Amino acid sequence: MSAPKARRGTLGKVLRYVLRHAPLMLASVLFAAVSVACTLSIPILTGQAVDCILGPAQVDFPRVLRLLLLIAAIAGLGGFSQWLMNDCNNRAAYRVVRDVRRDAFEKLATLPLSFLDSRPSGEIVSRIIADVDQFADGLLMGFTQLFTGVLTILGTLLFMLSVHPLITLVVVLVTPVSLFVAGFIAKRTYDLFRVQSAARGEQTAFLEEMLSGQKVVQAFGRTAQTQQRFDALNETLRGASLRATFFSSITNPSTRFVNSLVYTGVGIVGALTVLSGGLTVGQLSAFLSYANQYTKPFNEISGVMTELQNALACADRVFDLLAQSPEPPDAPDALDLGRAAGRVDVTDVAFSYRPDRPLLRDFSLQVPPGSRVALVGPTGCGKTTVINLLMRFYDVQSGSIALDGADLRRIRRRSLRDNYGMVLQETWLKAGTVAENIAYGDPAATREQIVAAAKAAHAHSFITRLPQGYDTFLGEDGGSLSQGQKQLLCIARVMLRLPPMLILDEATSSIDTRTEMRIQRAFARLMQGRTCFIVAHRLSTVRDADTILVMRDGQIVEQGRHEELLARGGFYAQIYNSPFADPPPPD
Amino acid sequence: MKKLLPYLRAYRKECVLGPLFKLLEASFDLLVPLVMASVIDVGIGRNDRAYILQMCGVLILLGAVGLVCALVAQYFAAKAAVGFTANVRRAVFVHLQTLSFAALDEAGPSTLMTRLTSDMNQVQNGVNLALRLLLRSPLVVFGSMVMAFTIDLHAALVFVAIIPLLGAVVCGVMLWTLPRYRQVQSRLDKVLGAVRENLAGVRVIRAFGRENAEIRAFHGLNQDLTSLQIFVGRVSALMNPATFVLINLATLVLLWVGAIRVDTGRLTQGQVVALINYMAQILTELVKLANLILNISRALACAGRVQRVLEIPSGMPQPAAPCPGAADGSVEFDNVSFTYPGAGAPSLTGIRLRVRPGETVGVIGGTGSGKSTLVSLIPRFYDAQGVVRVGGQDVRQWPLEALRAAVGVVPQQAQLFTGTVRENLLWGQETATDADLWAALTAAQAKDFVEQLPGGLDAPVAQGGRNFSGGQRQRLTVARALVRKSPILILDDSMSALDLATEAALRRAIAALPHHPTVFLISQRAASLLSADQILVLEDGVPVGLGRHQDLLAGCPVYREIYRSQFGEEAVS
Repeated sequence: MSAPKARRGTLGKVLRYVLRHAPLMLASVLFAAVSVACTLSIPILTGQAVDCILGPAQVDFPRVLRLLLLIAAIAGLGGFSQWLMNDCNNRAAYRVVRDVRRDAFEKLATLPLSFLDSRPSGEIVSRIIADVDQFADGLLMGFTQLFTGVLTILGTLLFMLSVHPLITLVVVLVTPVSLFVAGFIAKRTYDLFRVQSAARGEQTAFLEEMLSGQKVVQAFGRTAQTQQRFDALNETLRGASLRATFFSSITNPSTRFVNSLVYTGVGIVGALTVLSGGLTVGQLSAFLSYANQYTKPFNEISGVMTELQNALACADRVFDLLAQSPEPPDAPDALDLGRAAGRVDVTDVAFSYRPDRPLLRDFSLQVPPGSRVALVGPTGCGKTTVINLLMRFYDVQSGSIALDGADLRRIRRRSLRDNYGMVLQETWLKAGTVAENIAYGDPAATREQIVAAAKAAHAHSFITRLPQGYDTFLGEDGGSLSQGQKQLLCIARVMLRLPPMLILDEATSSIDTRTEMRIQRAFARLMQGRTCFIVAHRLSTVRDADTILVMRDGQIVEQGRHEELLARGGFYAQIYNSPFADPPPPD
Repeated sequence: MKKLLPYLRAYRKECVLGPLFKLLEASFDLLVPLVMASVIDVGIGRNDRAYILQMCGVLILLGAVGLVCALVAQYFAAKAAVGFTANVRRAVFVHLQTLSFAALDEAGPSTLMTRLTSDMNQVQNGVNLALRLLLRSPLVVFGSMVMAFTIDLHAALVFVAIIPLLGAVVCGVMLWTLPRYRQVQSRLDKVLGAVRENLAGVRVIRAFGRENAEIRAFHGLNQDLTSLQIFVGRVSALMNPATFVLINLATLVLLWVGAIRVDTGRLTQGQVVALINYMAQILTELVKLANLILNISRALACAGRVQRVLEIPSGMPQPAAPCPGAADGSVEFDNVSFTYPGAGAPSLTGIRLRVRPGETVGVIGGTGSGKSTLVSLIPRFYDAQGVVRVGGQDVRQWPLEALRAAVGVVPQQAQLFTGTVRENLLWGQETATDADLWAALTAAQAKDFVEQLPGGLDAPVAQGGRNFSGGQRQRLTVARALVRKSPILILDDSMSALDLATEAALRRAIAALPHHPTVFLISQRAASLLSADQILVLEDGVPVGLGRHQDLLAGCPVYREIYRSQFGEEAVS
């Protein structure tokens, strides 16, 4: 409740999006006015027709016929403009939503990884999809019902005033009662709905965890306990839900009761006025249908208000994403390296993801062009962080990293990243064919180039065994491929591009060692003359590196070639020898 | 709905009373134009002020009684809808607990999740609306027609003609739009897929400089969605204007017929006003009905999705006369083969393996060679061809609970649950003491870091164990299995995130466990298996070697190649 101000800001932003489609909105208001005028004039004409039907032999047929033809024309016009109005509203609402969604998606491409890494991706997805969708519903409902509602109320008042001010006064006096009742219930309902959402959220979180861990639950025979917990949450939700559902559903009968009071009031005063000669029966009939039409928009508008509140809350979450500060843009005079030679100098770098947990300190490293650097060390020692900094996914907090003598922050990001080929432990593939995935870095590649890259990555043989070979469609995140097969495709993706520098972050962790040995040979060919950074868990993959950096707690504790480090008998030798620690190595 | 309807039976009373009171309310609504007509004809016609006031009193009374009826109806409807949904949700959850692993694999957690949450909400809404309005709207429409008949037969024929026409318009638009709304939903799925994919692959996308291509592709999907939404919206927006025009045309005819009937003295002016009022009521109800039908069809679609979960046949067939085998930890695979449901090729073929109590069995092989599948047959997560025996008894003859209690599993994916460290460990054995827990933690090499946690055993565990590193999670899942002190222990590549020194210490601790369990050890690292009593070498699901390290090194080429790939050429010779 603390952010009415933020809400106002949100409303302003929404309006800015809406105003981009100003012609549509203008047309919508215009059509709404025409449609409301038509809707409202019909009861008057009907009333006049009723006044021509006084009793036996007292019917003015020619006038009735003229009025009927007029009503038909107006009904047609009203219906048509109502349809046009709806169409304008649809277009405007869906286009606004499309724009918001597009902007949000484009924003994603500019957000720093520190933002994206620190949030569960499901949360961002739900902002761009579910929240925007809710927003669309609210916006559409607002457009359609707010304009017509307000116009109907104003129009009805005007018409009624022109016919008989006294009866109009009766209607106007009862209006606040209706609003008060609706407001009173809405406020209580809002609280109950919040309780319901909380109960639902708790159950959802529990389900999320249990469903993804269902196998463990069954393996450990925990079904009874799990069920108990579920039942408790389910009962809480049942109670909260019943209260919220019931209270929200009494709004409609209550306001309808107030409406019937209005209707009766118009009936009494109207009938008495007819008796004193101030009104015709036809006008009374028109008044009665106005009394119905006048109160209805109030109910609708109170509904729209709740919906709009919800929509604004959702929009708020999207705009929150849009308001995140993007990565600092490349300087206008940023360098374009072209094809780098591959000399990397890291000088006194310090970096941490969270201020309270320092990670890299006094990190320095000189890598001559074409050399092979391996990073080893226990989990969490900062190996992957070094990669993040080299690719400039994150910026260093102090010190500097330079490529070919130029500070990374002075190089265009595109140019820097074009110089690197990267294979990560997390294999990511697009929904698309195998060939499209291999050619991801170069969509113009020919089939021959794709096959050659796949062969180099030892992926060709399994690809040809897939149902449609290179044209097999892979579902979301690689579909049914095994982890190892996915990794081979990621390697082929880099093989096709042949950039001057390589980053292999646990690139072969999911591939069995025999296949890995074959890929190593391909890698060796690929690495020839290229600067390479290799992060590996298995020491077998780093033995041939020119320099091995042994990291521990964010610092380099040892550095050298495999044999030197072994001979030194330090930390490297300790972790290298540990598999042999309990059974003696075979002779 | 067939499988779901029984859950509504508990609310039979509410299901009858809710609509009943709603109908009462509707009948009172129907009387209102009649009362107004007599105000015009009797009150104004005879200049009777007292009558007018009296009739208005009747109107207020009708409104008040209608309000009470409506409130009662809303309460019963809400109670039935909410209760029904809670019961179905419970039934689905109970059913999920009985599903086999094969069924869980096929369904996948994310769709089960939406079915238990958002689909259930739609169903609740649908039931609630249906109980309140499904009978009311048609009653008002037909009641208006009947009332028109009581006023005048000729004029009522206009109603008879217009109602089917309106019905045709409403149904026509509905039938056209519903399947298209489903299409809209699937295009929205595509947009969602694109966002998810981009978030998951943000590093690769940026590394390959494909941001702009991804944005272009997203624009296409987004525009497709918007175009379809606008197109479907345009057609469905036809419904209200069309009914508006039709009702007004009907009113015209009514006025014309009324004029003729009044002229010949068969109808009064007030009755014409009443007829027009009934026509107006029909218009209001039709708009509501259209909205209602849309909601109910959506709810039915969701109910269908929920029902499909309940229709998944429940789990493992239970033996007629379950009989546990010995709890000695012996395991035997007798010519076992296994193919995952829906998979083309078998994952395991012709496995024969005899494991004596207390032995350590290593399983090694390439990616996808069937190692995990093999061990998942021991606690009978899947049923295979051939016979798997635990304690001398076919696993299919064991009572499932006793079988699983005899096996401690450390799955490949280290999964912890929200709660505390203690609560997670107690999963292994409900009755374990703190001393037992610390002993397990010590063996799992987790004692040091748990001791340092604020609160120790009571330290909180976030969802999925997010607040622990991969290696810590693995050690906690090992400890959880050790707490069980089960005669069989399965470690499915569950030390991959540990550094080699910790792994070695963990293996030593397991070998020294006081209850001497039979251990199945899956690993990618040949070094981890050197001291195993038997090592099974798998390739594409086929056993290509079985024996001790030295025998395999001499006689199994696949093993020799794996070993050489990890220790280098010189280690083999």
